[in-house]
Amino acid sequence: MSTSSPRQAGFLAIELDGAGWAGADIARAVLAAESAGFHAATFTDAPVPGRANALQRAAFAGPVSRTIALVPEVDTVYTEPFHVSTQLASLDYVAGGRAGWIATAAESPEAAAAVGRSSVAGAALGQEAAASIEVSRRLWDSWEDDAVIRDVATGRYIDVDKLHHVDFETPAGFAGAGYSVKGPSIIPRPLQGQLPVLVPAFLLGVVSPDAVDGVLVSAPAAELLTAEIRDVRARVGASVAVVAELDVVLDARGQAAAGRVAGIDSGRAVYAGSAAGLTDFLTELLKEADGVRLHPASLAVDLEELGRLVLPELRRRGALRPVVQDGTLRDLLGLQRPVSRYATATAAHAAAAPPALESKGKP
Amino acid sequence: MTQHNRAKSDAFVPSGQIQFGVFFQGVNSGTIWKAAESGSQTDFESFRRIAQTAERGLFAAFFLGEGLRLREHLGRPHALDVVGRPDAQTMLAALASLTKNIGLVATQNTTYNDPADLAHRLASLDLISGGRAAWNIVTTDNAWTGANFRRGGYLDHADRYKHAEAFVETAKRIWDSWETPAGPAHRVLHEGQHYTVDVTPRLPRSAQYRPVLFQAGDSPEGRNFAARQADVIFSAHPKFDDAVEFRKDLVERSLTAGRGANAVQIMPASEFILAPTAAEAAEKKEWVRSLQIGPQQAVAYLEQFWGRELQSYDPDGPLPEIDPVVEETSETRGSGFHGAKARQLADQWRAEAKDKGLSIRQFVTSKTARIDATFTGSYIAVADQLAEYARVGAVDGFNISPWLIPTGLDDIVNHLVPELQERGVYPTEYRGNTLRDHLGLETPVRTADTAAEVVTA
Repeated sequence: MSTSSPRQAGFLAIELDGAGWAGADIARAVLAAESAGFHAATFTDAPVPGRANALQRAAFAGPVSRTIALVPEVDTVYTEPFHVSTQLASLDYVAGGRAGWIATAAESPEAAAAVGRSSVAGAALGQEAAASIEVSRRLWDSWEDDAVIRDVATGRYIDVDKLHHVDFETPAGFAGAGYSVKGPSIIPRPLQGQLPVLVPAFLLGVVSPDAVDGVLVSAPAAELLTAEIRDVRARVGASVAVVAELDVVLDARGQAAAGRVAGIDSGRAVYAGSAAGLTDFLTELLKEADGVRLHPASLAVDLEELGRLVLPELRRRGALRPVVQDGTLRDLLGLQRPVSRYATATAAHAAAAPPALESKGKP
Repeated sequence: MTQHNRAKSDAFVPSGQIQFGVFFQGVNSGTIWKAAESGSQTDFESFRRIAQTAERGLFAAFFLGEGLRLREHLGRPHALDVVGRPDAQTMLAALASLTKNIGLVATQNTTYNDPADLAHRLASLDLISGGRAAWNIVTTDNAWTGANFRRGGYLDHADRYKHAEAFVETAKRIWDSWETPAGPAHRVLHEGQHYTVDVTPRLPRSAQYRPVLFQAGDSPEGRNFAARQADVIFSAHPKFDDAVEFRKDLVERSLTAGRGANAVQIMPASEFILAPTAAEAAEKKEWVRSLQIGPQQAVAYLEQFWGRELQSYDPDGPLPEIDPVVEETSETRGSGFHGAKARQLADQWRAEAKDKGLSIRQFVTSKTARIDATFTGSYIAVADQLAEYARVGAVDGFNISPWLIPTGLDDIVNHLVPELQERGVYPTEYRGNTLRDHLGLETPVRTADTAAEVVTA
C-alpha cells in the first residue's frame, strides 16, 4: 500500500479536550493515547465553559508521558505575544522537546471583551497571527544555543554576545493597534530550537507558508477532504506538513455510531461507522495528507476502539510512521533543528566590531 | 477549627508553628552556579528534584518568580549571575503531575498581564493541581519592562497599587462567579481607568475555592494592600526583632482593614546555611559567600549604582573615587540603579567602607540583602532559634531561597525539619489536600459584593 504513496507514512494526532481539567484525567488520557500509538496529542482552547487552559493541560501531560508530542492551541490575537512565546518555550522544556503550537486566531467578540479590546475579524486575524508567530520565533532564537557558558574563570554565566534584542515592530499597514517587542526572551532557547508551528488553513494567505511547519485542513464533509488537502498542498509545497481534521464516531460497546452521531456539529468532516471502515478511510487519506488529527466524539469510548482496532491495522498496513522513543516533534515532522537566525549575524559582527564589553573585564 | 477561631479573633494568637516554602529563584546572584555540584537552572529535572524534595519535607509551597524582561547591565544582559527562567505557571502545571500535596505559587505581575486571562490561567492551575495553586502578587510600572508588551509603559508609579487592587478585586470576582460548583456562571464586568473586562468565566471553583493570594511588597501601600487582600505576605523581615515589629504592624493594618488579627500570615524570604556544628556552618558560610560574590560580581554590583564601567578597579581595593553617572537612562532601569540618588549613595558608601576598612568585595558582601535573611548554625541551634519565632508568633513560616540547585534543600529536609518536628513546631503530615488546608486558611465565602455584576473603578 505505502509503496504507491510518494510520501513516507503519515502520523496521527488525537484531540484530548474531552479529558477534562482534573490532573488524573489528563494523565490517564495522554497515557492511553500514547500507548495506543498516537504520535501527537492536541489540546483545544475554545472559550467554552469548563475548559482549562490548553497549554497548562499540555504541560501537565509532559512529565507523565514519554513519546507522544504535546500540541496546545494558543490564541495569537488576544494574548500577549511575549507571554505566549515564553509559555511555549517552557512547555518544550517540560515535554523534553515534544512540544508544538497550533497558532489559532479567534474571531471572538467574547475574547476581545474579556481583555478590553475591540474585536478583530477578517484579514486582520491573519495579520495578528503572523505578528505573534514572528515574535515567538524571534524570541526563541534570541538566545543562541550555547549562550549559557558558565565560565568560572571569567565569572560569566552567559556570553552576552549570544543574546539578542529582537526589536520586533508590527509591519506597516497592520490592521490592529501596532506594537513592538524588545526582547530578548527571558528563557534560554527551547530544546527544539524552534517549536513546530501549525495553523488552520484559513490563515494561509496572510500567514506565509514559510512561517509555519504545518497546516490544519478542514472540510465540512469527509468526501471533500482530499480536494482540500490537494489545494492546500499546492499552496504550501512539500516542506509544510498538511494535516486533515476529522471527527470520529465509532460503533462501540454494542452501539452503532449512527446512534451517537446526533448532536455533533463542529463544522468539520465526520466519520461515523465501523472501525474497519475508518481504517480504510484513513489509509486512503494518509496517502494525501502527512497526518490526520482525530476528534473523538467520546474520548473514553472512541479512544479505546481506535487503540484496539484502528491503529494496529494501520501500522500493519505500513500507513503510520514509527513512534520514536525520546524523539522530538521536529523529528516526527522530519524537520532539522534550525540554527538561531542571530547566530550568523553574531559571527559577522564579531569579525567587524571592536571587542565586547565583557571581554575587556579582568580575568 | 482552631485556625478558624484564630482568623476571626481581634487579638493576635500565635499558631506556634513554622511552615516552609521554597523559592526556586530564576534571575539572581544568590544561587551558586560555579560549584561542581551546581545543576542546571532551566532543565526540568532541577525543578522536579527541588519540588519533590520540598514535598518530602512537608513544605507548604513551591514558589517561582516571573520574568518579564531580562535584566541588563550597562545596556546589555547581565553576564555574571544566573539568568533566564521558564514561565512560572507552565512549570507549575508540569510539577502538579509529579507532586500530590505541595502548594504551587506563581509570581505574576498585575501590570503586564490581562486580568481575565491571568485569573483564568490561575483558576486552571488550581483545578489541574486539585486546589494547590497560589498567586504571588507583584507590581511593576516601568516602561523598560513594558517594552516587551503591547501596552508598553502605561502605568504611573503612584497608581500601581491602586491598579493592582482593582486587578485583584476583578480576579476575585471572576473566581467567585460560579454560584455553585455546577454553575451558573455570572458575567463579570469591570470598567476601569486602565482597562475594561467583560467576561463570563469558564471555570468553576477549585477544591480550595480559589487560588491562595500571596503578596510581595513592603512599602506602606504594599502592606495595606496585603492587609486588605492577601492570605500571606512574603515579607523582607526575617530578623527576630524586626519580624516581631512587622507582625505588630501587619496586625494593626489587618484590623484597620476590617479583617481579623490573624487574617494575614507572614513568610519572610530566607536562606539557611546549616551543618552539624556551629564551626562547620561558619566555614560553609564563608565558602557560600565567596561563590555568591566573586570579584567580578563585586565590581558589577557597584557598576549598577555608578552607571558606568568600573572593571579597572581592584575588587580587593577601596571603593572607586570616580563619581557615578547620575543620568537615569532607560537602559539601566530594572538593574537597581538609583538615578539621581547615585551620587549621594556613592559618597555615603565610600565613607562607610573607609570607616570599616572594607574592600570593594567585602563591602558588597556586607551590602547584599540576603545577608540579613540568613540563618547560619548547627541544625540544633537553628531549630531552637526557629522554635522561638514560632512561640511568639513572629512569623508563620519562611520562604527559603536555596543557594544550590538542585540539592539545596537536602540538609534542611534531612536534618532541620526533624529537629523542628521534635520541638513540635513543624507539621508531621500535610493537614489536608489543598494549599489552603496546609496553611490553615479559612475558605472564602461568596458574598453579594463579589456577585455584583458591574463594578466601576
